[in-house]
Amino acid sequence: MEHYNMNLTLKIWRQKDAKAKGGFETYQVKNISSEMSFLEMIDVLNEELITEGKDPIAFDHDCREGICGSCSMYINGKPHGPWKATTVCQLHMRAFKDGETVVVEPWRANAFPVVKDLVVDRSAFDRIVQAGGYISVNTGNAVDGNAIPVDKDKADKSFAAAACIACGACVAACKNSSAMLFVSAKVSHLALLPQGQPERKSRAINMVAQMDKEGFGSCTNIGACEATCPKEIRLTNIARLNAEYLSAALTIDREN
Amino acid sequence: MTWKQMFTSSIGQKLTMALTGLFLITFLIVHVGLNACIWANDGGQMFNTGANFMGSMLVIRIMEIGLFAGIIIHSIQGLVLNAANNSKRKVGYAVEYGERGSKWYSRSMGLLGTLLLLFLIMHIYHFWVPSRLGGMWSVRPLQEVDYTNGLGKQYHNLYAEMIGVFQNPIVVILYVLGCISLAYHLMHGFESAFRTIGVHNNRYLKMLRYLGRGYSILISIAFAMMPISMYFGWVS
Amino acid sequence: MLDAKIPEGTLDHVWTDYKGHCKLVNPANKRKMEIIIIGTGLAGASAAASLGELGYKVKAFCYQDSPRRAHSIAAQGGINAAKNYQNDGDSVFRLFYDTIKGGDYRAREGNVHRLAEVSVSIIDQCVAQGVPFAREYGGLLSNRSFGGTQVQRTFYAAGQTGQQLLIGAYQALERQIALGNVKMYNRHEMLELVTIDGKAKGIIARNLVSGELERHSGYAVLLCSGGYGNVFYLSTNAMGSNVTAAWKTHKKGAYFANPCYTQIHPTCIPVSGDHQSKLTLMSESLRNDGRIWVPKKQNDTRKASEIPEEERDYYLERRYPAFGNLVPRDVASRAAKERCDAGFGVGTSRQAVYLDYGNAIERYGQIEAGKKGIADASAENIISMGREVVKEKYGNLFDMYEKITGENPYEIPMRIYPAVHYTMGGMWVDYELQTTVPGLYSLGEANFSDHGANRLGASALMQGLADGYFVIPYTIGNFLADEIRNPPTSVDHPAFIAAQKDVEDRINTLMNIKGKTSVESFHKRLGKIMWDKCGMARNAQGLQEAITEIRRLKEEFWSDVRIPGAVNEMNFELDKAGRVADFIELGELMCIDALQREESCGGHFREEHQTEEGEALRDDENFMYVAAWEYRADHDWQLHKEELKYEVVKPTARSYK
Repeated sequence: MEHYNMNLTLKIWRQKDAKAKGGFETYQVKNISSEMSFLEMIDVLNEELITEGKDPIAFDHDCREGICGSCSMYINGKPHGPWKATTVCQLHMRAFKDGETVVVEPWRANAFPVVKDLVVDRSAFDRIVQAGGYISVNTGNAVDGNAIPVDKDKADKSFAAAACIACGACVAACKNSSAMLFVSAKVSHLALLPQGQPERKSRAINMVAQMDKEGFGSCTNIGACEATCPKEIRLTNIARLNAEYLSAALTIDREN
Repeated sequence: MTWKQMFTSSIGQKLTMALTGLFLITFLIVHVGLNACIWANDGGQMFNTGANFMGSMLVIRIMEIGLFAGIIIHSIQGLVLNAANNSKRKVGYAVEYGERGSKWYSRSMGLLGTLLLLFLIMHIYHFWVPSRLGGMWSVRPLQEVDYTNGLGKQYHNLYAEMIGVFQNPIVVILYVLGCISLAYHLMHGFESAFRTIGVHNNRYLKMLRYLGRGYSILISIAFAMMPISMYFGWVS
Repeated sequence: MLDAKIPEGTLDHVWTDYKGHCKLVNPANKRKMEIIIIGTGLAGASAAASLGELGYKVKAFCYQDSPRRAHSIAAQGGINAAKNYQNDGDSVFRLFYDTIKGGDYRAREGNVHRLAEVSVSIIDQCVAQGVPFAREYGGLLSNRSFGGTQVQRTFYAAGQTGQQLLIGAYQALERQIALGNVKMYNRHEMLELVTIDGKAKGIIARNLVSGELERHSGYAVLLCSGGYGNVFYLSTNAMGSNVTAAWKTHKKGAYFANPCYTQIHPTCIPVSGDHQSKLTLMSESLRNDGRIWVPKKQNDTRKASEIPEEERDYYLERRYPAFGNLVPRDVASRAAKERCDAGFGVGTSRQAVYLDYGNAIERYGQIEAGKKGIADASAENIISMGREVVKEKYGNLFDMYEKITGENPYEIPMRIYPAVHYTMGGMWVDYELQTTVPGLYSLGEANFSDHGANRLGASALMQGLADGYFVIPYTIGNFLADEIRNPPTSVDHPAFIAAQKDVEDRINTLMNIKGKTSVESFHKRLGKIMWDKCGMARNAQGLQEAITEIRRLKEEFWSDVRIPGAVNEMNFELDKAGRVADFIELGELMCIDALQREESCGGHFREEHQTEEGEALRDDENFMYVAAWEYRADHDWQLHKEELKYEVVKPTARSYK
């Protein structure tokens, strides 16, 4: 792989805190190596800002290996930047050309309010999981791991859905700010396993209710979430969630 | 869980859209089938007979109420959902994801639906109103025809009405535009409706995708050809 | 001498007896008792969920925006358990034995045996929670093998086992939050331990969004804050992983054990330049099928594909025929370093070795051809079928490699080099996981207890969950049963006020330095000192130099660090400054510890102590102890020893040949 250096113009959203009115600031970065990750490029910029006595750009990041789901930058109009199935931390500067202008924005959704600069509050996702994204089994109650065989096909599908890292890119990409891909991944993960059956109905109903309460939009099946998902969670999960929800809502026998 | 909770939830509202949408899709098949009779080249006899049959049968008349209810529910629910979804992002993006993430017509169902609603108002004014509510609403007095050689069986000559309406090139253009809107609306709506009612088997989804595309294109072309045929005098 | 308080009895009955005799807290009293948990990784989340289920009132803290982002999530390969589902001779004893041996006879027998015992229940628990482990076509759980063992006991979920286990624990935690048993504090960092009469009674935490300091009291504090590998700046740890919470407790009286035991993981993507902010691990599971080699010729600049088979040195297979590419991590790392130092390294930096899938691809391709009954498959066809198999097994790892390096690992061998990965050292704890401060417990990677001087692959997840799900729920009751007579501590107690004042003063001091150098550059410098002189190989002279350099760095830090922004706002630079300040102090202690341990064991390799073949040379006579350090003052630590008694396993020279 040929390595090269580049100069870039960055337009980055700056916002002092949740209440402040934010705006774009323009920065120039020079001699950026194509081998850097995107976040390392921001590190370089931040070091310069600190040297100049300015406030560095606040952004969420942690594992920097594409699995914790912290990083959340909307780069040139796409969550996590131009590469397919990639988080920002795994996006490398090879993706950009010398002289390019790069626009960086935070996730935008009413349910994900900006905390500072590029940092947003995604606690709505935790609350959706609290509404039923689990199997109620206390420690120590389990039977032997091999006591319940699981259809491999279903186990694989369940795993593929469970690979969701809750980064929120699906919401950021969706024109409706819908969280259906996230919710459907969790519901599918558990509904596909025999262990998830006892709470299957209430899980779908309660998680969807919480999702609506948090202020996410509804799903119109446009597929932008699937196109941007760094873990390639499939849109089919949303259809499955619809099936889960509707069959639960039509058959559950409780008044409230 | 109450019925209200179900139908006011985000998925419940989408279910309403899907079910009414599928109902309208079914109606379109009947509609296009009947209207295709204009191409029988029999001076509209087959078409007028069929239209009269539809208009005079009680079951069909009751279903017509359902059809209007379907259209109204689909429109209102669609507009409500569209407005709600548009309000979920108060601060927008400077750069949009756009075509890289999804098709423009998938993102524009609200717009396409609104265009179709406007088209439908015109369409109802052109044909349904004169046929059901009598001459005073018509662009021209609706003629009566008699296909049974004076034995007293009189039909509305809707065929003549069509020919009359489609002599105006502007109307023809509006109808063709309406059909294009319909094609794109269905291109997304057909598959989306099945996803919303919960079809998640990949084999079926794939089949429905191609079926949906074929249906959208064929039905829209068929409808669009009707005003065109009449304007250019391809039918007599 | 420190006493680990391992109950009397034969090893395989100790834990059962303990559970049968430990004190209990009745449900009505549990409801009144608050427990503070720092960190929500596998240890913290599993402990918070389990204690919440028992009825305790739990307050859990994490610095991330959600408990699900703790760095346990990044563990790739798997989790060990003595299930013997493969019928290949595994047992609790073998897992226990392998762990003790893998730890180079520097772990405590009692704790390790308990770990092996409960490992079985962990898998059951995780399956019940819906963790989607890999399965065979018959629907039963699948296993693979990992370094340092000769059985297949590793359970896995593709290359995302840590993520799936953490999500399982996170879901259990969220359920307890929904039930009101656990209160979660996201984006909070513990900055001080509050002790009253020598007992842990609470913490001072900073809300990382508003910058406000908060006082939280409890009957016990559980430190589940992970390891301190980031002292090296470059490591496979998350950017935020830090030692601060642990270090604060250390300065309040908790002993720090074996700080010098660091695990250097052999298969990481090599450093590409000065800009590098972290290192990425390529799962140990890749060593199942990959072969590691360097050219036989020194300074060979040919491309890998141009080096013929007979000019390749598969040095692990050559040196360790019994275990081959699956030797434990410390051995594999040192062997790689040895080859690179001797001038056989590859890539532009010459600090890398090849991890080659060429053979595996061909082997799998031939198996596929056999399965499909293609007798005369072309070489191309075989390779393409083989690639498909490899893709299915390791696809996500290969993709990750390609994203980072821009090279296609299906075509060119991967370049790998060792990197800091895990720290076996940590808070000294007794059998009950209690530190030397009563009421303060430490779980998971934050404690020192189970891995000795080297951890085997797929054992970290096992230990974190063992501590959280199956150990602490019993052992904490034994302590709390005696505490029920004491009323809850008010956060207005003078000790809380004083602790908060200390934190405020420290933050203000940091902010008022207003120097010229960024926190990051101090961290980088610290990392370089540590890697060069307290890394994969250490010697007395280097360690002494390191201590001097770190002390100088500390002075410079406290007089020249620049932290922009203000205290009462979200200020990541301030957060980082506090963490780096603690890393600097820890770095000094690590070097002191490495200096006193005049032997080589596991991840600790003293160049003065090696065999003629370059293998680690232990000194059981003089160093079969845990080094637990008591903080007394700046640069002043007192060494306490815990003697390691091996009643069941007989320490021998560790051989993987």
